[in-house]
Amino acid sequence: MNDLNKLTLTEALEGLRAKKFSSLEITKACLEKIKKLNPKINAYLTVCESEALKMAEQADKLASQGETLQFLGVPFSMKDVYSTKDIRTTAGSKVLENYTSPYNATVYQKLLDAGAVLLGKTNCDAWGHGASTENSDFGVTKNPWNLEYVAGGSSGGSAASIASDMAIFEIGEDTGGSIRMPSSFCSTVGLKVTYGRVSRYGAIAYASSLDSMGPMGKSVEDVALLLSIIAGIDEKDATSSPKPVSDYVSTLKKNIKGLKIGLPKEFFAIGLDREVKETVEKAIKVLEAQGAEIVYISIPSTEYGIATYYIIAPSETSSNLARYDGIRFGNDRSSFGDEAKRRIMLGTYALSSGYYDEYYLKAQKVRTLVKQDFEKAFTKCDVILAPVSPTPPFKIGEKIDDPLSMYLIDVYNVLVNLAGVPSLALSCGFSKTGLPIGMQIIGPQFSESLILNVGYAYEQVTEWHKMRSVILGSEATPESKEGRILDKPE
Amino acid sequence: MKQMYEPIIGMEVHVELNTKSKMFCRCSADYFGKEPNTHTCPVCLGLPGALPYPNKKALEYCMMIGLALGCKISEKSLFERKNYFYPDLPKGYQISQYRWPLCINGQLTMDNGKIIRINRAHMEEDTAKLTHTDNESLIDFNRSGVPLVEIVTEPDFRGVEEVRDYAKKLQQLFRYLRVSNADMERGDMRLEANVSVRKLASHIVSGNMELPNYRVELKNINSFRFMVAAIEYEIKRQITAIEKGEKLTQETRGWNEDKKCTYLQRSKEEAHDYRYFPEPDIPEFSLQSNDKLPELPWDKLARFQKEYSLSKQQAEILTETRELADFYEETVKDGADVTQAANYIINRKINIKEVLPAQVVMSIKGMSVGIISDEKELEKLAQEAISENPKAAEDFQKGKESALQALIGAVMKKSSGKADASRVVSILKSLLNP
Repeated sequence: MNDLNKLTLTEALEGLRAKKFSSLEITKACLEKIKKLNPKINAYLTVCESEALKMAEQADKLASQGETLQFLGVPFSMKDVYSTKDIRTTAGSKVLENYTSPYNATVYQKLLDAGAVLLGKTNCDAWGHGASTENSDFGVTKNPWNLEYVAGGSSGGSAASIASDMAIFEIGEDTGGSIRMPSSFCSTVGLKVTYGRVSRYGAIAYASSLDSMGPMGKSVEDVALLLSIIAGIDEKDATSSPKPVSDYVSTLKKNIKGLKIGLPKEFFAIGLDREVKETVEKAIKVLEAQGAEIVYISIPSTEYGIATYYIIAPSETSSNLARYDGIRFGNDRSSFGDEAKRRIMLGTYALSSGYYDEYYLKAQKVRTLVKQDFEKAFTKCDVILAPVSPTPPFKIGEKIDDPLSMYLIDVYNVLVNLAGVPSLALSCGFSKTGLPIGMQIIGPQFSESLILNVGYAYEQVTEWHKMRSVILGSEATPESKEGRILDKPE
Repeated sequence: MKQMYEPIIGMEVHVELNTKSKMFCRCSADYFGKEPNTHTCPVCLGLPGALPYPNKKALEYCMMIGLALGCKISEKSLFERKNYFYPDLPKGYQISQYRWPLCINGQLTMDNGKIIRINRAHMEEDTAKLTHTDNESLIDFNRSGVPLVEIVTEPDFRGVEEVRDYAKKLQQLFRYLRVSNADMERGDMRLEANVSVRKLASHIVSGNMELPNYRVELKNINSFRFMVAAIEYEIKRQITAIEKGEKLTQETRGWNEDKKCTYLQRSKEEAHDYRYFPEPDIPEFSLQSNDKLPELPWDKLARFQKEYSLSKQQAEILTETRELADFYEETVKDGADVTQAANYIINRKINIKEVLPAQVVMSIKGMSVGIISDEKELEKLAQEAISENPKAAEDFQKGKESALQALIGAVMKKSSGKADASRVVSILKSLLNP
């Protein structure tokens, strides 16, 4: 069996174009890996094997005819919130257990037009509600580094899929940390874009004013390549931005000498695990060694972030989920899981007459303050560096009985969504127990080029992104569930 | 007893716009009589992941309506979600406007001189259509998402005649602006009335002229006749209740045509909390009005009376539709005398689809010398016109209606405009299609 599934997007494209291997070969390699690993990791909800093979054959045919589409023949998977025609879309919920969309999400269509090959749809917290994928109605996704731990969420299946080389790249979605948390927990790269940078049309909505689509991959360069294809205005999404799409790849290699990196004092205070703090501080040193300067800044509204987010997001979701009545498609409301019901009730309450002003309206006002805090901060620094999670990955079941403690782990992440700014999450080390620790690089609106540049600079002098969990080997047996960071491919 | 009280009535009118596309997607908005569920897409079906993209033309039509009603166009306008559950509402919310309507603070003057204040004219989307049979309910989504403009007045009406006047004026306005067919039978135009009663000022001891603390909404009444009957019934019912000492509360009532009475549909306790909040999928917008409005019906009415020295009744008939008004003015422009033209068109009930202004002019000119109205004479002229214009005759017999114009013209020419135009048409038709 070949190792083509271990390639990055950049490497896969190189190999395909040089005709070193075919799309069919690399697609089969991924499908093999999925067959072997998915029963243990539960990253995939739907594997569309026959469609994938057909698409791969078609890609090879086009390639032989001289066609040069941007991602021709590369196999990928998508978080199961993206509408994919004729292939099941569940949003991680039993309500849509048997739902097949009659149309394609814009992002999916763009990737199809670029010649990519869909392997399947990956697991997530139902409707995006969660930070660990434990709220999926189809079982949790296990962390490829240690099967007793969570993969993070809500795009847990997405991160696990690329971290275990089941797919070459992924598309996730981030409303309150849902790309960044699993990227951090699984040691993959994930980009939460500026709100409006990528079309939301066809992506099952969680919180309409916060949802940000995003590329996830094995390296910063991969993610930059992906963004250049999926970004751009869509006439079907009235909130998508008309700002022209940059060439995110050509600016990756810029020197970061003199770059001002802001460290918000509120983010490095009590509540941050010591190991995470130390790991992130090591990363800061790495960037300083490359010429970056540190600036200490403040985001005063940090303490209101969770409360504000957990008013706005449930309010919008309580309205967005109203269409799932079981009349035109799907199962009826009795199929909603506990967390979905929790958020629907919270949101309905916050919007109801007599409470709207005190809760929803007030939360929107605080949101404006958060936006302003970030704008002020970016007058003092170019990018902000922060941890993603206040703790290393936790065990499955550890937080699920206390929803509030689960909400609190997104304490840094939600501020980014409230402000509408972009953030790149990537690995910066491992805990003593062998679990990934990540950091995020936050930039002003539409500064994706800059934050990708910083991430690339960090990757050039570190090896975290090249590591793979040894438990994945050829079989991941229950005995070998303690991962060690030993497997560095040549 | 009854003279002690006056009705306080406010009106809500919904008008369906005749735009090509729906309000938030590009499906065809022309749904009437079409096969069910053939004009649908993910957006108007409320499928997962679908997003609304607003129809600019619809917003422009809403602005036109608002401007025609003397409204101000809001600088900042937002869509909001009106959340409630019903099978004809696929998303579980209607995209509407609440706090930031597009048009506000207008007014309309009734025939009796009364000024009715227009609170707002705003944009929203229609629901799907429900049909109930004995054992099931069917939903047709062709109508889901069709643009609707809602016009709300202050409770300024004091009688049914004012309401009738208002509704007729609005209908005429929508047709003049060509934004809707405004046909109540087809559901293009829907009326809702809010009715309360209070003691007349002259009968109030304390001098307190506040509005009543309740109102009864009359809804789901789909003909103008029924609406008038319902309002009249409701006024009587409320007065009787007050006289008996009963307390009246906020209610929604419908009209039972068989029993000729209103009936309770929903009480205050069951009233919806719509949980309005700004639509996050559509950014705030502000529109400038570029197009000039056409001359409004009431302005045309006033001008006709002045410019053409017509009586009010005559002017009303001639300005009832824009098409008839234009026809009249065309006739006058072609040289007819203003009074003769008015009389001719009104008395002869001219079908403006079949007759040209020029013909009317000629008929009128011929009138002063003597009209030919003898049947046999007219038949002879008509027969001659047919023989001399065989192609036109053949075309008309084949179904081309407009071919008749040439034959009419020929007859008029032959008779030097003296033929009785109204008879000519029917004689030609009977000769061509016996």
